[in-house]
Amino acid sequence: MSLYFTQKLLYELNRDPSLQAAFLEDKEAVLSQYQLDDEELEALRKPDIGMLYILGVNGQILMHYAAMCGYAWPEYIQAMRDALEVHGNVRAGIYATTDGKGAI
Amino acid sequence: MSLVFAGVCSHGPGITGRADMADPDDKATFYAAMDGMREQLEAAKPDAIIVIAAEHFANFFMNNMPAYCMGMGAEYTGPIEDPQWLGIERVTVPGNPDLSRRIIETVMNDVDVAYAEEWKFDHGISVPLNFLTPRYDLDVIPVNINCQGPPLTPLHRAYAFGQALRKACDAVPERIAIVGTGGISHWPATPDSGKINREWDESFLKDWAANDKEALLRFTDEETLRDGGQGGFEIRTFIAISGATEGLKANVDYYRPIPIFAVGCTVGTVDLNQ
Repeated sequence: MSLYFTQKLLYELNRDPSLQAAFLEDKEAVLSQYQLDDEELEALRKPDIGMLYILGVNGQILMHYAAMCGYAWPEYIQAMRDALEVHGNVRAGIYATTDGKGAI
Repeated sequence: MSLVFAGVCSHGPGITGRADMADPDDKATFYAAMDGMREQLEAAKPDAIIVIAAEHFANFFMNNMPAYCMGMGAEYTGPIEDPQWLGIERVTVPGNPDLSRRIIETVMNDVDVAYAEEWKFDHGISVPLNFLTPRYDLDVIPVNINCQGPPLTPLHRAYAFGQALRKACDAVPERIAIVGTGGISHWPATPDSGKINREWDESFLKDWAANDKEALLRFTDEETLRDGGQGGFEIRTFIAISGATEGLKANVDYYRPIPIFAVGCTVGTVDLNQ
């Protein structure tokens, strides 16, 4: 697992419009620049926002990436809730859910 | 001169990005409180505003994470977020590198602060500026306290950082405003979004208003995460303002949990003429 590099890719995408354009143009070329395992690559390619949450991506990084991928706020929250049902709680980091039942 | 204004406010991206999803009274009253904060700020006639924020990976990552960093740029851009998503247009904001340098040099007597001549704002600064300097015509000095990527600076260091900032502001001739932005309890950007621990918030704000240093510094990060969520780590920004205004009581001008904004929305100001 290389959560560090998953988050680093998303951090750089979130703040760099030129990297966003490159990612949209040729996703594989950008992904190849980071040390990612198969599960992370699949979650990034889809994109599977819920799975990225389960892998432990910090919510402050993930919500920006979800917005970049066109997720409206309720869809973003729901994607994480659906993933919790399938995969159980977050595997790493500090963004594990308490009960997954926020007010939104 | 010295400090001419000090306060705190919330900065959640939902405040502007999800404004149309909020209860109308929640939105109207909180926006009115932010307008009131702007009026107090403008009445103080500052030459520059220091915004102590807890950024969210707009500039700093775990490859080189400063506990404290201050901007020393001629200008800053932001927000990094999609403008439509955040509800704030991308703008260029004026900095003041000469003033930044003089303040940073004095702070360095007490705190080993990092500095940055490039800085992109995210909602942590863009949301407060949207209300407080909507014409973007006031020089801004951004400050970040790492509240996102543990290990985090201890609370007593955040207080000491505020004290160092105060000394530095006292040493320059310009009129300086200082605003801390962050949450109290919140679990942002997670399936728990909208959860707010009102009791914990009100207890913290009582201590913040009293500038009760011992009480403000009593939390461990484990306790904060349990009771205040991941967003609770941002109390460091409020504590820095307490350090900058040591000995002075503050007013909580507004507090109301607003779940769609994902935080207990807060405006607080310090009367500097006590």
